[in-house]
Amino acid sequence: MPEKTWNHKKYLMPVIIALWFSFLFLPFKGIKAAILLFVILTFAIPLLKYALNLIKKIHLPADTFRGYVPSDKRYFFLLLVPLMTAPFFAEDYIIDVVINSGIYIILALGLNIVVGFAGLLNLGFVAFYAIGAYSYALINTKLGLGFWSAMPVSVLLTMLSGFLLAVPALRLRGDYLALVTLGFGEIVRLVLNNWDSFTKGPNGISGIMPPYIFNISLGKLSYYYYLVLIFVVISVFVIRRVHDSKTGRAWISLREDEIASSAMGINTTLYKLYSFAFGSFWAGLAGCLFAAKMRFISPESFSFMESVLILCMVILGGLGSIAGVVIGAVILVFLPEALRGVETYRMLAMGCGMVLLMVFRPQGLFGGKNVSIGS
Amino acid sequence: MFLQQLINGLTLGSVYALIALGYTMVYGILELINFAHGEIYMLGAYLGIILLGFFTAIGLTSQSLSLSIILTLILTIIFCSSYGFTIEKIAYKPLRRSPRLSPLISAIGVSIFLQNYVMLTQGATDKVFSSIFGNAGFDFLSTRITYLQLAIILVSAVIMLLLHAFILKTKTGKAMRAVAQDKTMASLLGINIDTVISATFIIGSGLAAIAGVMVAMYYGLVNYYIGYTAGIKAFTAAVLGGIGSVPGAMLGGVILGLAESLGASYILREYIEYKDAFAFIILITILLAKPEGLLGKTSEEKI
Amino acid sequence: MSLLEVKALSKHFGGIRAIEEITFNTRSGIILSIIGPNGAGKTTLFNCLTGFLRPTKGSVVFSEKEISYLSADKINLLGISRTFQNIRLFKEMTVIENVMVAQHSKIRSGFLSAVIRSSNFKEEERIAKERSFEYLELLGIEAYAEKISGSLPYGAQRKLEIARALATEATLILLDEPTAGMNPQETDEMMARIKNLRELGKTIILIEHDMKVVMGISDRIIVLDHGVKIAEGVPYDIKNNPMVIEAYLGRETH
Repeated sequence: MPEKTWNHKKYLMPVIIALWFSFLFLPFKGIKAAILLFVILTFAIPLLKYALNLIKKIHLPADTFRGYVPSDKRYFFLLLVPLMTAPFFAEDYIIDVVINSGIYIILALGLNIVVGFAGLLNLGFVAFYAIGAYSYALINTKLGLGFWSAMPVSVLLTMLSGFLLAVPALRLRGDYLALVTLGFGEIVRLVLNNWDSFTKGPNGISGIMPPYIFNISLGKLSYYYYLVLIFVVISVFVIRRVHDSKTGRAWISLREDEIASSAMGINTTLYKLYSFAFGSFWAGLAGCLFAAKMRFISPESFSFMESVLILCMVILGGLGSIAGVVIGAVILVFLPEALRGVETYRMLAMGCGMVLLMVFRPQGLFGGKNVSIGS
Repeated sequence: MFLQQLINGLTLGSVYALIALGYTMVYGILELINFAHGEIYMLGAYLGIILLGFFTAIGLTSQSLSLSIILTLILTIIFCSSYGFTIEKIAYKPLRRSPRLSPLISAIGVSIFLQNYVMLTQGATDKVFSSIFGNAGFDFLSTRITYLQLAIILVSAVIMLLLHAFILKTKTGKAMRAVAQDKTMASLLGINIDTVISATFIIGSGLAAIAGVMVAMYYGLVNYYIGYTAGIKAFTAAVLGGIGSVPGAMLGGVILGLAESLGASYILREYIEYKDAFAFIILITILLAKPEGLLGKTSEEKI
Repeated sequence: MSLLEVKALSKHFGGIRAIEEITFNTRSGIILSIIGPNGAGKTTLFNCLTGFLRPTKGSVVFSEKEISYLSADKINLLGISRTFQNIRLFKEMTVIENVMVAQHSKIRSGFLSAVIRSSNFKEEERIAKERSFEYLELLGIEAYAEKISGSLPYGAQRKLEIARALATEATLILLDEPTAGMNPQETDEMMARIKNLRELGKTIILIEHDMKVVMGISDRIIVLDHGVKIAEGVPYDIKNNPMVIEAYLGRETH
């Protein structure tokens, strides 16, 4: 007898779930679409369950993907060969996308220092990207300084702004800190958008110069590619080394247990500050590279959604894992390009993806087993 | 002029208070900033316009305006509560034992999903609904007070009183307070935590739905991104009043509404383009200066 | 000369007096135990001594320096280290990394030398790693060195916490219930290890529930009840103090 009711439930459940979601869908798209959804879901849910059961049966080891990321340093040089020669065989469009992913890699690595290493959720990271880009654009167009002198100044300015935000904000607990950074990001964007006399408001700044080396413009796509590649390599190299030092250990101890960390003699406030400043350093650099590549910037490029996108790169690859973050950034730059046909669904999918990732694999694709976000 | 802004501010404040209650109740119980709550309000506003449009189309509005409004309200509450309930089950419940920031990221995901869901199904442009109320109202001390404004203020006040009584007097309300204070203890005493959390989301979403419908009728216009700003403002109100405190959320909402409407017309006139930044500035200021809010309690972390 | 002098230390939470007017001194190189029933204020006292709570009143002098107003990290740098009642490890880090975090202040070379990997940096990292390994050996958990610390068995986690506290090279070690949740055999081993620390010249303040442990290894004992110190002395005196028997031992033994 119990056998029978159980079967009952098994067949009825998908129908009830389908009915429920069609009901939720009903007022927004009308009765026809709701019925269609109901029919689709009724068949899709059992199929999905079946597929999930199959996947579960395969029984992957606990850190499946991690094993595929080579940890040996020699592989890194192997990887450099195709990267070095790419401009000779790839078409311009691909090179352009690769440059973009390079800029996002630097940006995501910077956010990873704050979120992945130190465990502080920053929802307004795009503000530092914007400050870097605007500093370079303004110094370049108003003062006429070239890339190599304007870039260090812009990066320092960005670091300083990271520092200034962090000083008051770091007293706050995790989720409050997230909101303050979110607010900071929005305020920066609104200022850029409304301070017409200085930032030219929504029209943006055009006529930004590309970098030069000995009078050779690096504005050409393939040249710029190498410039970005060099900076990506530098960022991976530097961040890796800082990670494997007492600074990196202090950050991770902060993420794991702030109280125990201070009991070990670590000035937690100071190290949080360092992580903000060091993170915004890379955001500033990425901003400069972005401005010099596009030759035009406007506040539109620095919305809250951009912050979310960068955060997604970090959590998709795996918080705290440098290789993971690089791969996460590449995936999230290339995926929309590959899916141009269904572009309108991009953000819908991203929202969905964030929930699914948090529910099923919060450590990201390449993260360790229990890496946690904040405490 | 002053009285006019006072009335406008009170209207706005009542709406913020209704939304803020949802934030504060969820935070009180789960310690989660329910980032998607603003979108529930946005869904409520859309549903309000869609349903009123539907009732106008079938001719119910012209026959009995009050019936169609009541039907709209009830249906919107049912739908929005269902959304809130479903979101909690899908996006938050599996993360209850995760570190604090996982559900926050999940909530942002839900928020992005809902915004784009509405944009895709309802279009990216403003959805307009020609007001069926016009400017009907009365003059008081040479100030125009519309019936709709009065209704919004009164309805909000009544609902908040009912909620207050609900939390103080009913079994579910008492269970909610118990869970908010100590989850482990409450479950040991036989309180079903899942039911209480679901109830919290259902009630919070219902309140946001009412706010949404009233705003839709008030402005006669909605778009898919109103939830974000309104959500931030309502959250600011909740923090201002002291997050986790129900009377605090009401107080915070009213103060914020008044500050916005009086501030925009007197103090900050020249910086009106920064209007949307005000809420953030207030939020940051409170979080930095007095994070426990007006009516909240401070807590020391256990070592 | 006293290593630690606590004078009229009080901590109030609102109206609740968690500890009230506690005064005691510790010589260097002894094991001092703090006992008392649940809620007597033992952990609160620890938190006040280590900078996690700011005392309401009173003073704490360590090596002739007033420390009651200092933050936790500053106090640690002066030479007081502690463990926690509910183990607080850096769960995602390996065992050796946990201990290396404690060597933080011993490593001088900063950011830039880490990036260029200067010889100085390499040398310091090597020494820190070696020392950390020695501390693991001292507690007998060197076999776990490369394991993720969160995956360790319970007893080893407790030991790692002590190794980590020692690695800050503090002279005064505060242990909050180091044998909690251990079986008699593990408890005996832990007692031996703690005694061993005294031989190494460390001063130890111990919160402990297990009477056998306390009487066996303590040089002095302080008894707290309801936030007040009710007795202090050598184990023999404490065992025979009628107030202590009344407040604490009586309930334990009968």
